[in-house]
Amino acid sequence: MEAPATRLDTGPRELNGSAIIAAIKASGIEYILSVPDIVTSAGLLAPIARDKALHLIRVCKEDECIGIASGLSYCDKRALILIQHTGFLDSLNAIRGVAIEYKQPICMMVGLLQHEPNVAPRASPRYGVRIVEPILDDMGIAHHLISVDADVAQIKPAIDQAYAESEPVVFLIGRSPNAP
Amino acid sequence: MMKRDECFGILARHITDEAVVATYSSAVDWVAINPRVLNYLSIGAMGLDSSHGLGLALGRPDKRVVVLQGDGSLLMNLGSLVTIAAAAPKNLVHFVAHNETYEANGGHPIPNEKVDFAGIARAAGYAAAYEFSDLRMFEQQVAHVLEQQGPVFATLHIEPSRPLNYDYPSLYDPAKRKAFKAAWQRQG
Repeated sequence: MEAPATRLDTGPRELNGSAIIAAIKASGIEYILSVPDIVTSAGLLAPIARDKALHLIRVCKEDECIGIASGLSYCDKRALILIQHTGFLDSLNAIRGVAIEYKQPICMMVGLLQHEPNVAPRASPRYGVRIVEPILDDMGIAHHLISVDADVAQIKPAIDQAYAESEPVVFLIGRSPNAP
Repeated sequence: MMKRDECFGILARHITDEAVVATYSSAVDWVAINPRVLNYLSIGAMGLDSSHGLGLALGRPDKRVVVLQGDGSLLMNLGSLVTIAAAAPKNLVHFVAHNETYEANGGHPIPNEKVDFAGIARAAGYAAAYEFSDLRMFEQQVAHVLEQQGPVFATLHIEPSRPLNYDYPSLYDPAKRKAFKAAWQRQG
């Protein structure tokens, strides 16, 4: 039996992709930089690919996104990186160099692959999921768990702060968003 | 075989208001030849030069962006050739200085010294790809390369250079990043 602190509140739980996309647009994001992630594939990436209001740049490897987002930020263009947590882990050196040491507003939305939504990520039986939040804490990167619709309200203020302070932010997607 | 600083000296005559993205040995040579506020040097992690250049080019389609990347750096981000080709920024010119070594890391050879970067760029979908190993030919054609509708790629076959002084605190000075941003955004 797990300790109560490791298990998230249960009950009717839903996360709608349309609400997340609306929050992304409300945040002034113009560019989505992505390697496909199965957690966000149907609920976010597929509708974003059809959305004429967002420019989708498909990249070959996740760390490319860090450089592209940085270049765009010098043009006052906002970007959101949409990737899987495995790609986030693969990009740590780029995040270290660009987002932290050069203090760039790198905004990342990271799908937690094979995560059980009613378990806190730190308590996940999956090693790759369990280590994500501690790594973010060690790197001093602000992060927000987006698991239900009520969490979506965190997105716009966090992106606005990232650009205002020129610092990175990560949104961890804790369950597959429903397709619009 | 050419020398990088000689190539950059010729290139500098054609650079006006472009953003020039450079790192490591290319940045050292470029800054010595053409110190200017529109040099973008803070790449943050080896290999990302081409990706930073893509971001700048997408964000300012009205301005030209020139990337000066090393061969070892491009090998770390070879997929960026495919990403750039697909994004198809018309304003991006991408040079790779091919000296067949990781010059900034002790001069060790890259895994395959004879890799055909221009061929890979062409196959990835760049609008045009060139190769230069003769300085006079480069001098004659560099204006044409810069005027092409991008993304354009060019390999510069160069000799490994003399030992360089990598003054990273100066190259990556936060004040230079701030000045670059202000100047880049001031551009009409």
